[in-house]
Amino acid sequence: MNKYVERLYNGVVKENPTLILMLGMCPTLAVSTRAMNGIGMGLSTMAVLILSNLVISLLRKVIPDEVRLPAYIVVVASLVTVTELLIEAYLPSLYEALGIYIPLIVVNCIILGRAEAYANKHTPLLSVMDGIGMGIGFTLALTLAGLIRELLGNGTAFGAQILPSGIDPIGIFVQPPGAFLVLALIIAVMNAIGIKSRQRDLVDVGCDGVCARCTAECKKSGEVNAK
Amino acid sequence: MKSLILIIITGALINNVVLNQFLGICSFLGVSKQMKASASLGGAVIFVITIASAVASLLYDYVLAPLGMDFMKTIVFILVIAALVQIVEMFLKKTSPGVYKALGIYLPLITTNCAVLGVALTNVQDGYNFIESVFSGFGTAVGFTLAIVLLASIRSRIREEDIPAPLRGAPIVLISAALMSIAFMGFSGLSF
Repeated sequence: MNKYVERLYNGVVKENPTLILMLGMCPTLAVSTRAMNGIGMGLSTMAVLILSNLVISLLRKVIPDEVRLPAYIVVVASLVTVTELLIEAYLPSLYEALGIYIPLIVVNCIILGRAEAYANKHTPLLSVMDGIGMGIGFTLALTLAGLIRELLGNGTAFGAQILPSGIDPIGIFVQPPGAFLVLALIIAVMNAIGIKSRQRDLVDVGCDGVCARCTAECKKSGEVNAK
Repeated sequence: MKSLILIIITGALINNVVLNQFLGICSFLGVSKQMKASASLGGAVIFVITIASAVASLLYDYVLAPLGMDFMKTIVFILVIAALVQIVEMFLKKTSPGVYKALGIYLPLITTNCAVLGVALTNVQDGYNFIESVFSGFGTAVGFTLAIVLLASIRSRIREEDIPAPLRGAPIVLISAALMSIAFMGFSGLSF
């Protein structure tokens, strides 16, 4: 497989950030009340991810190793601010729906995780492809969770009525507990049909909470602990 | 005084940061494997969020707002939080080695805990003043600690149980969180 196409496959299927790597749980749980919100959040995150991967990859030889995390945070925070202002100006209804979770893209584990694990070691073009792949994978997972919750909890899909009006939707699915339940069920189904993941088995989500240093440092600390 | 107590109760129970707002899920799911680690992380989070809320509130009221640089708040807050965590770590190391030993390794984890940034931004959004911000930060952090310690004790029981294979690992933890979240929904009936 072409190595650029391979990045897309990797992001969407093999290392799906939400369902396999268990990264970016906060927005996944929070905004998946509607399928449209899932798409909006997914695409906003994807835009930030592609640009941050590009910038960090371009600067990978300039940023000194010791201060790389603060440098990445500044890059990501600036991009998020730009995105936030654009959404506020052009998509006010999405801005209302996502609220505080737009600025919180800064601390989304996926973005710093990819910067650390991929973009700072690879060429700009490959990093952009990685961002697109990861972004699509994240968007699909968010939309799937949003669709299930919207259908069960509100009887609609993308705003269109699906369930006949005689059936009462189960309101709890659009409330906070529904987020945990639906994600648990999606992962249980994946386990049942044999899609395994080391991260999920250990519930080492974001390597014990070290979001920013996810993949790369996780492995390191794992090796150290093993010794 | 009554409104300050209300802010704490709202932050800790009614709008629980983890179970209702979904902030800090990473460490909530990751660290809750062990009871002791959860309690220590909770302590560190209370410490950092309270200080971070205070500093963020001062910065916003006296620097960002007067200069009309409202849009810079995300960048400024995240950098302040990162720097603050470093300073707190160095300060504790020098002055109280005992506390540092208990909380030290959890401090760096907190920089990327979205609850810290989330609280700072919500305080600004809700128009809280300095005192209200500090109380809201403290209440939220207590809510986080409560949730993570409860989940850790549930998980220590789950370990002994025979769970259906597809639900082992992450799903059963998420289902436990869902049930906790349902229980916490009961607090929204609190009225004053």
